[in-house]
Amino acid sequence: MFVNFFLELRQAKVPVSIKEYLALMEGMDRGVSDYSVDDFYFLSRAILVKDERNLDKFDRVFGHVFKGLEAVPGEGITAEIPEEWLRKLAEKLLTEEEKKQIEALGGWEKLMETLKKRLEEQQKRHQGGSKWIGTAGTSPFGAHGFNPEGVRIGQDKSREGRAVKVWDKREYKNLDDTVEIGTRNIKIALRRLRKFAREGAEVELDMPDTIRSTARNAGYLDIKMVAERRNKVKLLILFDIGGSMDAHIRVCEELFSAARSEFKHLEFFYFHNCLYEKLWKDNRRRHVDTFSTAQLLHTYPADYKVLFVGDASMSPYEIAYPGGSVEHWNEEAGQTWIQRVSDTYRSMVWLNPVPERHWSYTPSIQLLQQLSSNRMFPLTLGGLDSAMKELNK
Amino acid sequence: MKFTGTDSYVASDDLRVAVNAAIALQRPLLIKGEPGTGKTVLAHEVAKALKAPIIEWHIKSTTKAQQGLYEYDAVSRLRDSQLGDERVKDIGNYIKRGKLWDGFTAAERPVLLIDEIDKADIEFPNDLLLELDRMEFYVYETQQVIKAEQRPIVMITSNNEKELPDAFLRRCFFHYIRFPDRETMTQIVDVHFPDLQRNLLREALNVFYDIREVPGLKKKPSTSELLDWLKLLMVEDMSPDALRSKDSKQLIPPLHGALLKNEQDVHLFERLAFMARREQRQ
Repeated sequence: MFVNFFLELRQAKVPVSIKEYLALMEGMDRGVSDYSVDDFYFLSRAILVKDERNLDKFDRVFGHVFKGLEAVPGEGITAEIPEEWLRKLAEKLLTEEEKKQIEALGGWEKLMETLKKRLEEQQKRHQGGSKWIGTAGTSPFGAHGFNPEGVRIGQDKSREGRAVKVWDKREYKNLDDTVEIGTRNIKIALRRLRKFAREGAEVELDMPDTIRSTARNAGYLDIKMVAERRNKVKLLILFDIGGSMDAHIRVCEELFSAARSEFKHLEFFYFHNCLYEKLWKDNRRRHVDTFSTAQLLHTYPADYKVLFVGDASMSPYEIAYPGGSVEHWNEEAGQTWIQRVSDTYRSMVWLNPVPERHWSYTPSIQLLQQLSSNRMFPLTLGGLDSAMKELNK
Repeated sequence: MKFTGTDSYVASDDLRVAVNAAIALQRPLLIKGEPGTGKTVLAHEVAKALKAPIIEWHIKSTTKAQQGLYEYDAVSRLRDSQLGDERVKDIGNYIKRGKLWDGFTAAERPVLLIDEIDKADIEFPNDLLLELDRMEFYVYETQQVIKAEQRPIVMITSNNEKELPDAFLRRCFFHYIRFPDRETMTQIVDVHFPDLQRNLLREALNVFYDIREVPGLKKKPSTSELLDWLKLLMVEDMSPDALRSKDSKQLIPPLHGALLKNEQDVHLFERLAFMARREQRQ
């Protein structure tokens, strides 16, 4: 029975190993938990789950194995319910009689069956009323309403406090993030790009050298100092901003803030769609405070690593021809400028927030892919990782 | 040895089971959770409940794993050798014990708190794998093995700033302190301020949970902030009515400085107050 539980956990991609399983057995053997299901649930959760993101998966597997309620992927009833339907808008208070009335409505099975039917029928957000799925109504389905036998969908706090079992509450649902790219993860990926070197003021005691020179000094103490080890990677980030990039603003913000705290030598500039002769640092003053790209090439030495962030989605003319820019008349084509950047800086990558599978449908992405000599990577954790490897070469 | 919470700490059932499992099976317990939900306090309370001594090791970004074991003070030995000090003949005089060493050799089984392990360098947890697993380490300078006679109760807290390596996680038990619901929160406040007025507490909790619900807050206020705020309310002798007033001018709660910790959040609140007022006028 427990082996089964263990195997199902592995199947549901909760990373558990034999070591943890044995620890659980040991715990049971020593009688750490009382002989109740709740305690067993708490014990196994503490031992088997190591990350809050896996708590929800664990709850589902536990519910399935020890109750046979529902399969992990949510067989039978699966429906993506738009969150806006369920967002709390109002609250309705019912009288005692009304409450009783609803209680009289059929059992669990019947409710689920009806829910399935409703989900198929219903197309719009709904609030109030007593049939459709929505918020604050008296229908058995939805959030923030009152029906003791109701099915709670996407409701984040317990209102009537009658949920059946702890694991069935699935309180950790919003902690499950399998694909989400967060600042922390980005930092981990950016760490690949570390190159330590000793530079600057000498503040640390250099033990081997001190010992060596003391010995040479006939035992007379001669202290040697060295500079602190620092990450000496220099990074130049060029962000595409505005227009089609607005959809990706969040992930770019996260990347930016992670990079900022990770690198000491970090410079950033903005451009629009494609790189031309001008860049800017403050998007509000983009027409006033500009920085010429030619100057950029002279200002930052060739040991800077260049990171382009942009969706590269535009008309191919904007890249290939002089005057192609949508905003101004550019004397030289975008590709000339990108070529110059890649000539100056040996390490250069392009991060693209557009999912990789769509790349082949956009000619401008392919064009820039070529221009950056196939060093374009998707802005996902995996992509970031490979991009950092590329920059480290 | 069983931990059941103390009169100054409300432990939920799942937390109790996790702590007791870690004590009984002698594994380190990794505690995560939002900042201010009582991760560090837990170790102190466990020590208090079990009447065990507590050894705290606070981790900083510059902390090395070796510092937890021991450090060899070569410089003072060199200096002593110049001065012809007798102590110089025994290298053991220059070995400084770290927190883990203290924990391993303590007379009573201690609680060892490794606080904010995520602050250290990424390799830090990996460097402690063997030490935490076997509870022993080797001192090269004196060629002795330090082995724990009784395995200390190890509690590790993390704020999630860095991902911890799998090999490390596999050796720990894990508990995520969930943000307490209203009922638990009332208990927690009771423990800290037993003579707080009932209705003031109710109103304060309403305001508090409302603030947590506001979408887009950079830093949601947590338990420790609530406790600070309540203390302030009590000192200022605020009446429950002042909190209750749904007047939109009062949308920013009194003494909000204890709850909202950065200016963006305060701005967000002011904007919401402004919008609510405009809606009322229409």
